[in-house]
Amino acid sequence: MADGILVKGLNAWFGEHHVLHDIGISMAPKAVTALIGPSGCGKSTFIRCLNRMHEVIPGARVAGTVRVEGVDVYAQGVDPVQIRRKIGMVFQKPNPFPTMSVFENAVAGLRLSGVRERAVLNEAGERALRQAALWDEVKDSLSKSGVSLSGGQQQRLCIARALAVEPEVLLMDEPCSALDPIATAKIEELILELRSTLTIVIVTHNMQQAARVSEATGFFLLGDLVEVGVTRQLFTNPRDKRTEDYITGRFG
Amino acid sequence: MRPGGRRAVNVVMSGLAAVAAGLVVLPLLLIFGFLLWQGASAVNVDFFTHLPKPVGEVGGGMANAIVGSLVLIALAAALGLPLGILGGVYLAESRDRHLPWLARFLADVLNGVPSIVIGIFAYTVMVLPMRRFSALAGAFALAVIMLPIVMRTSEELVRLVPASLREAALALGIPEWKVLLRVVLPAARAGIVTGAMVAIARVAGETAPLLFTAFGNRFWHQGLDQPIAALPLQIFAYAIAPYDDWHRQAWAGALVLIGLVFMVSLAARVATSGRFTGVR
Repeated sequence: MADGILVKGLNAWFGEHHVLHDIGISMAPKAVTALIGPSGCGKSTFIRCLNRMHEVIPGARVAGTVRVEGVDVYAQGVDPVQIRRKIGMVFQKPNPFPTMSVFENAVAGLRLSGVRERAVLNEAGERALRQAALWDEVKDSLSKSGVSLSGGQQQRLCIARALAVEPEVLLMDEPCSALDPIATAKIEELILELRSTLTIVIVTHNMQQAARVSEATGFFLLGDLVEVGVTRQLFTNPRDKRTEDYITGRFG
Repeated sequence: MRPGGRRAVNVVMSGLAAVAAGLVVLPLLLIFGFLLWQGASAVNVDFFTHLPKPVGEVGGGMANAIVGSLVLIALAAALGLPLGILGGVYLAESRDRHLPWLARFLADVLNGVPSIVIGIFAYTVMVLPMRRFSALAGAFALAVIMLPIVMRTSEELVRLVPASLREAALALGIPEWKVLLRVVLPAARAGIVTGAMVAIARVAGETAPLLFTAFGNRFWHQGLDQPIAALPLQIFAYAIAPYDDWHRQAWAGALVLIGLVFMVSLAARVATSGRFTGVR
């Protein structure tokens, strides 16, 4: 099993607070896996463990095995910087760099890791912006500030920024929760286009969204992965009582 | 509360706030007006181009003191700004529990040390070993005064940069030092420049720490290891002298000093105002 994401016995802590308990899950390559669950259930922490962003927070700790596209993420001597280059991440709130233009934002990952050639940057920037379905909207304002765009455009710019370094995996942490329905629809369309080339993991509060974009869905509750399965099956015929309660709106 | 009452309260409070704002800027306007009234008549080409005349002769200028102040400020900034900004970054970024707390506390104490004491300190560690007053000793004293100001403002500004930007950059696979240098510091740039300007403006007018370090000089300075003239020193010397002409020149010197600080601030603003600014 070289492809996709394989997690075994993953535990995570904030200080003394044990937030993830023995998570085990395997996610198919070039497919979309959605993670749902109430606020504070650990789903965001979980995806931050996949690209070693959890340990950035002071006092945070991880134990367990994570293999992403064949690479043991927590093996001795593995450089988190190299891991993060292969695993792109999009956050809840659009966060383009305020001191950079639209174009500079798109190629920030390449430029800040030392790529200088103008032609390479131009090519990669355009490709990423096209992939993020943003090119047509911004091609005449590439030198404007990244934060001058609308919220939805900013989020697609952040997706372009993540795609420009050509990652194998894209992690999305509630990418639409700060966006209106139209911008959300655009991002969802984009996810459906990207899944042929990337392994995507999306955390969402919106169960309809999970149903619309994902092949597989995992349900987190209080730091446990309660159930994981084919999306349609999980929503229509959940195995666990707690999953059923959650998707029918009885708690959470 | 009745609508009328609410509106009346609003008018009164807005008015009070406006008056308070006016009172805050009033002293600056008064000082500036007074300096213009007293000193403008003595500001002429000679003032900027000539050395002071010997006692008893009318005329002459403060060219050496203007140059001296610029040299002292430039040296102090070259020493104090990088150190202060790096120190501020450390305070903002360090995960250590004790050392940053101690450094922060000591910086605040240093900020409260009277400038004359810092002058004595510079005298002890620079002037005594070198066996002479010097521009270097003066700049050193000024740099020590700048340090805590620059350090604490830089720290606050680096802290103001949203964690989400840092995370975005880290998640792109950019090493931490580069994230700091290329993402965090640029976002905090405008504010850090403001802090640096405040520190420069503060030391530009310092007199006490220069008394027995830079010492003053009635001629062009002969090198950085020699005594050097400075506007505040010259103003001090001329203001307590018994000659009317010197008094006028002291006023003019004060006016030029304010103008100098104003122009340095303006130049730094223009030079560092990029296209897009981050946190202010």
